[in-house]
Amino acid sequence: MLHYVARRLVAAVPTLLGVSLVVFMMVRLLPGDPARIGAGLLASESDVEHIRHQLGLDQPGPVQYAAFLGRLVHFDLGTSVRSGQPVISEVLARLPWTAELAATSITVAAALGIGGGMLAALYHNRRLDVAISALMLFGISMPAYWFGLMLIVVFAIKLQWLPAAGSQEPGAWILPTLTLAAFSVALIARMTRSTMLEVLRADYVRTARAKGLVERAVVYGHALRNGLLPIVTVVGHQFGTLLGGAVLTETVFGWPGMGQLLVDALFARDYPVVQGIVLTFSTLFILVNLSIDLLYSVIDPRIHYA
Amino acid sequence: MWHRFCRNRGAVAGLVILSLFLSVALIAPIATNYAPEENHLDQKLLEPTLAHLLGTDHLGRDILARLAFGARFSLMIGFAAVGVGLIIGVPLGAVSGFYGGWLDLVIQRVVDVLLSFPGFLLALSLVAVLGVGIENVMIAVGLGVVPAFVRLVRASTLSIRYRDYVEAARAAGARSPSIIWRHVLPNALPPVVVQATLGLGSTLLTAAGLGFLGLGVQQPTPEWGSMLGEGRSYIFSNPNLATFPGIAIFLTVLGFNLAGDGLRDALDPALDRASRNA
Repeated sequence: MLHYVARRLVAAVPTLLGVSLVVFMMVRLLPGDPARIGAGLLASESDVEHIRHQLGLDQPGPVQYAAFLGRLVHFDLGTSVRSGQPVISEVLARLPWTAELAATSITVAAALGIGGGMLAALYHNRRLDVAISALMLFGISMPAYWFGLMLIVVFAIKLQWLPAAGSQEPGAWILPTLTLAAFSVALIARMTRSTMLEVLRADYVRTARAKGLVERAVVYGHALRNGLLPIVTVVGHQFGTLLGGAVLTETVFGWPGMGQLLVDALFARDYPVVQGIVLTFSTLFILVNLSIDLLYSVIDPRIHYA
Repeated sequence: MWHRFCRNRGAVAGLVILSLFLSVALIAPIATNYAPEENHLDQKLLEPTLAHLLGTDHLGRDILARLAFGARFSLMIGFAAVGVGLIIGVPLGAVSGFYGGWLDLVIQRVVDVLLSFPGFLLALSLVAVLGVGIENVMIAVGLGVVPAFVRLVRASTLSIRYRDYVEAARAAGARSPSIIWRHVLPNALPPVVVQATLGLGSTLLTAAGLGFLGLGVQQPTPEWGSMLGEGRSYIFSNPNLATFPGIAIFLTVLGFNLAGDGLRDALDPALDRASRNA
């Protein structure tokens, strides 16, 4: 097992390198000259040259990339053009907000999604199934940010039950969590439903029923246990997506997370920050997916990793 | 197949919604007297009336007219983005699956890297590089769906390449490119059609998300996402501005998803039968 973990970690390295290369090239392709932006409007030509040299932008691409990787190893993501702060400290200040919102949302999404999907499967083709399936179809068709705005209209403006923005009081978490979770609830429920429908038809479920097991033991002990793998996969993948998908939700609710920082940085052309956030998001995404892979063997003992 | 599709009420509903929006997009110029990009500041933020069925926005523009013209842009972006995904993704997937070896390895690593950017973030980063504007949105969103097509076609190709008819074609002297074109691609196509239909919905959502942030199609072009983004500032006083574009996006995506689900069930009779027997 340990051997497998090590091998998977090593296998993630080329992907991470690829991601870093893409991000590196992306920033080089961006409009605008970072040296000139860094120097400010009133800088003389020699000042700009000086800054270009300082930033290493006068060196060949591969050398710049190697230097970039060297800095990454030391968690040096550069300095924000706007604030002059190290990017890593800006990212770390925002990361908990995004991570906590994503974690809350995925918990809600997994509970509602798996529960809803199982109900739909158990009541297959009955009214409850039709209602849940329709709701889930709405969930994956709806723009989440629009759903968030509508929640604000109903619960913050009309009913005045919950705040429309902010993040301090506990009530302020409810609407952003629901908004971020909506799409994942629907996706997880659809996956759970179809998996459960398949598993409930399996021979071992019929056997379990035939030998007189109570329905609950059949559903949880035999069906769900065997259908867990694809469900866990989609939940894990959604968690990774939520981390990155928080951009829109954070914008709607003025949530002080990384997504908001990313949008602000994009508009301000603060590219070191953009680069740092994109790298952080994709690294987290890769790590989350890796953890799911590793979870497989825990969930399904039949999976052996030589 | 068409018969099975028509028996599926959801799929038919999806098709009806889509035809409705397509016709609106087509007849927009003759259906409304209002110019979608013309400001009438004396008539701003009107509530819905007979003259303005959905009211007017903060610049006095008729919301219904903007939605109707917006259907053109939003649908066009969806189709173009999926087109980009198909044109790049399908050949890469077929080549990757058919030839295998180092070519496969390289293509799969590139796909892995693309898939390491969580969903919306890839389109967002690409638009940052390419710049805003409708063409760049199409490309950025389209590149985001390439991996799905590569994976799908590669998987189908892998299962097709050892079939008897491929062996037979090879024995008859056909060369690899012609085998891919005549035998592999036509047989790998059905799941691609389903994926493309569902992809139309998801690309439309992504593109609208970019518009919402102000990083997609720019004003005054009446694209649904950017209308929604503009309406956001008036959410407290005039929620209509944000509500209607959202409903338009929702219904269109719903239409694509219904049609996609219907196509999948129609193309996969085994699945259909199984769910009926259960």
